[in-house]
Amino acid sequence: MENNRFELNKNLAQMLKGGVIMDVTTPEQAKIAESAGACAVMALERIPADIRAAGGVSRMSDPKMIKGIQNAVSIPVMAKCRIGHFAEAQILQAIEIDYIDESEVLSPADDKYHIDKTKFDVPFVCGAKDLGEALRRVGEGASMIRTKGEPGTGDVVQAVRHMRMMQAEIRRIGSLSEDELFDAAKELQVPYDLVLYVHEHKKLPVVNFAAGGVATPADAALMMQLGAEGVFVGSGIFKSGNPEKRAAAIVKAVTNYNDAKMLAELSEDLGEAMVGINEQEIELLMAERGK
Amino acid sequence: MNIGILAVQGAFIEQEQMLSGLGASCFEIRQKSDLSRPMDGLVIPGGESTVQGKLLRDLGLFAPLKEKIEAGLPVFGTCAGLLLLAKKIVNDERRHFATMDITAVRNAYGRQLGSFYAKAEFDGLGIIPMTFIRAPYIESVGENVQVLSVVGGHIVAARQSSRLVTAFHPELCGDTRVHRYFLNMIETLKEAKRSEV
Repeated sequence: MENNRFELNKNLAQMLKGGVIMDVTTPEQAKIAESAGACAVMALERIPADIRAAGGVSRMSDPKMIKGIQNAVSIPVMAKCRIGHFAEAQILQAIEIDYIDESEVLSPADDKYHIDKTKFDVPFVCGAKDLGEALRRVGEGASMIRTKGEPGTGDVVQAVRHMRMMQAEIRRIGSLSEDELFDAAKELQVPYDLVLYVHEHKKLPVVNFAAGGVATPADAALMMQLGAEGVFVGSGIFKSGNPEKRAAAIVKAVTNYNDAKMLAELSEDLGEAMVGINEQEIELLMAERGK
Repeated sequence: MNIGILAVQGAFIEQEQMLSGLGASCFEIRQKSDLSRPMDGLVIPGGESTVQGKLLRDLGLFAPLKEKIEAGLPVFGTCAGLLLLAKKIVNDERRHFATMDITAVRNAYGRQLGSFYAKAEFDGLGIIPMTFIRAPYIESVGENVQVLSVVGGHIVAARQSSRLVTAFHPELCGDTRVHRYFLNMIETLKEAKRSEV
């Protein structure tokens, strides 16, 4: 085995499994997240709920702010760049970010092309709402996938829809006969070898997390039972009444997602959850960005 | 052989697959009730040591597992597992089981850009492939610790009686020799105990 960055980058995602990745906007929040048991933090200037509220164009965060968070914690630090904005990604690589999220939460910089992620040494995670999107991103070099969900809403319905869609399509590909896989690749508009991988292994070629709208321990457990290998929590923590307690409860819920008794205890007395927005009330569907 | 795999966070499924493939019967440890099962060996997988350390305590697993390790339960820690077993960590104030006389450096090769592959000799097993992911290394070892492998001048695997640690991830390389080494180690320790009695 030589120094294959793609393999090493997939390996880092494997180490994050069973964990919770939390959005943070300051070094103080990053420290709270780390001591509550986050396996990584996502450094960004504004959490999705505020991006949604503020409107306008949303861009990569100030590198100085990201560095402040890198210095505050010992766990991996991720940051977002706009879809297709390879110069922002180059900047994030230059400050040695541990993972880049090419994210639909920010305003897309390119409405046709995603970043050619094979040109980078640092790993990328990308959002997907079905198997076709997931495998196209992997084909472009993403070494980790997450559901898009609908960020900043506190409404888990879209993450559920995306996870169910991916799992159903994975099951379908698994049940095809081998001579049907060529057509499946054409239908999904993805490379054949990735379809073959899904057929043989009954899973994505990379780690798959849930993201978008997770706000409670029960939400996290729901996503894990639906097949997520870990969870991103964005606005759900620092938009809630008691971030420390809620963060720690979600971390424990991801470990013991099948134990309803423990989930009941974890769900007690968490204070107020973030105020959610239902999907019918949303003006901007971020999940529709970047297919 | 019954191997308990700490499954609070990290790459525990890879360890299970590796050890099951070698004929061991594995079970996951996620909460206290899982500790009532018979256990011949314990694996602490890769992941984040801060997360595993916190969950071990929050879920009431820390004290009973520490007791078992101190009483001689064979244990194999990779990467985060190495940090959980180290008595000293140079650049981290947190201590966990602290049952092995090694001084570790956390994230010793830097951030993800510093992650790498290597091949090196491992205590008579020959040259084995090694994956290092934001890995630690061992800066120094106590008297009773046997150094098993060195990469680039740094100790990356060591053993102290019933405790085995690697800074790299043998569970990611598809090479079963290090896991077999652990299972053999358990057998040998059992034999030794039997002959004592």
